[in-house]
Amino acid sequence: MARLAVNPTRMELRRLKDRLKTAQRGHKLLKDKSDEMIRQFMNYVRQNKQLREEIEDELRRALQKFMFAGAMRPVQEIEQALAMPSYKVDVSIGTKNVMGVDVPDISITPSASNELLPYNFVSTSAETDEAIITISNLIEKMLKLAEIEKTCNMLANEIEKNRRRVNALEYVVIPQLEETIKYIVMKLDENERANLIRLMKVKTMIENR
Amino acid sequence: MIQSAKIAVIGDKDSILAFKAVGVEVFSANNVFETNNILRKLAKENYGVIFITEDIAALVPDTLDKLKDRPTPAVIPIPSSQGATGFGMAGIKKDVERAIGVDILFNK
Repeated sequence: MARLAVNPTRMELRRLKDRLKTAQRGHKLLKDKSDEMIRQFMNYVRQNKQLREEIEDELRRALQKFMFAGAMRPVQEIEQALAMPSYKVDVSIGTKNVMGVDVPDISITPSASNELLPYNFVSTSAETDEAIITISNLIEKMLKLAEIEKTCNMLANEIEKNRRRVNALEYVVIPQLEETIKYIVMKLDENERANLIRLMKVKTMIENR
Repeated sequence: MIQSAKIAVIGDKDSILAFKAVGVEVFSANNVFETNNILRKLAKENYGVIFITEDIAALVPDTLDKLKDRPTPAVIPIPSSQGATGFGMAGIKKDVERAIGVDILFNK
């Protein structure tokens, strides 16, 4: 590991020792943060997996039901029936802080109208109604999935960034500082010894005169 | 800071028709260009959650990756009427690998 280009003086030595201390403290803190983030990430990701499995299954079934319902009637008729939905779903999005990452906090805003099926029942089949009611109930769960999945995405990104910082400190900054400190200490000791020898030489020269 | 946002569904015609009925805004897309255009347009507007069917999401992985690190919109793959292709699950798997280095959740 290359050492830093500094003058081997006591002042530099003191400065580098301070820097090493800060780097070590930062490294420890970041490592703790990384551990905790991974723990929380695993919680979220397990939830995410379970929720996704459930939704994939339920949604597939609902959509298939809807398709069968559609197949029994002309497409135009169904499209016409659904062209003007009376129901509207909106969400309100806040932010939540998970380990220093701002993640979305999604909640559903209730609709003004409570009439879910916007068409007359003559032109559509009962299967259509059923499928629409199922999907309508699924929306809330899907939003929960959206929230958790987004949280996972962002946490994964943050963990990756954090790990890069920890590694940079552990494998580059700290060894570099340690090596430089060692170099300065050795250089200073060498100067000390040179000085001592010089004094002893001078002393013998004076005594021999 | 709480703001209201809209929900959108992008997908093929058969899959999105059902969502239209429950009051979600729907956009139909069939190819890469249409999907990219719609995604970019929605990302700029006030959409909080965008559901996109898996078969179409698989066409535009780059655009999805770009939207991943922003708090909004959350782009979530959902199965189409043909059933799940595993694209959504692969996304979770990718997250785990990114964060931890190895896949410890789906060890198969």
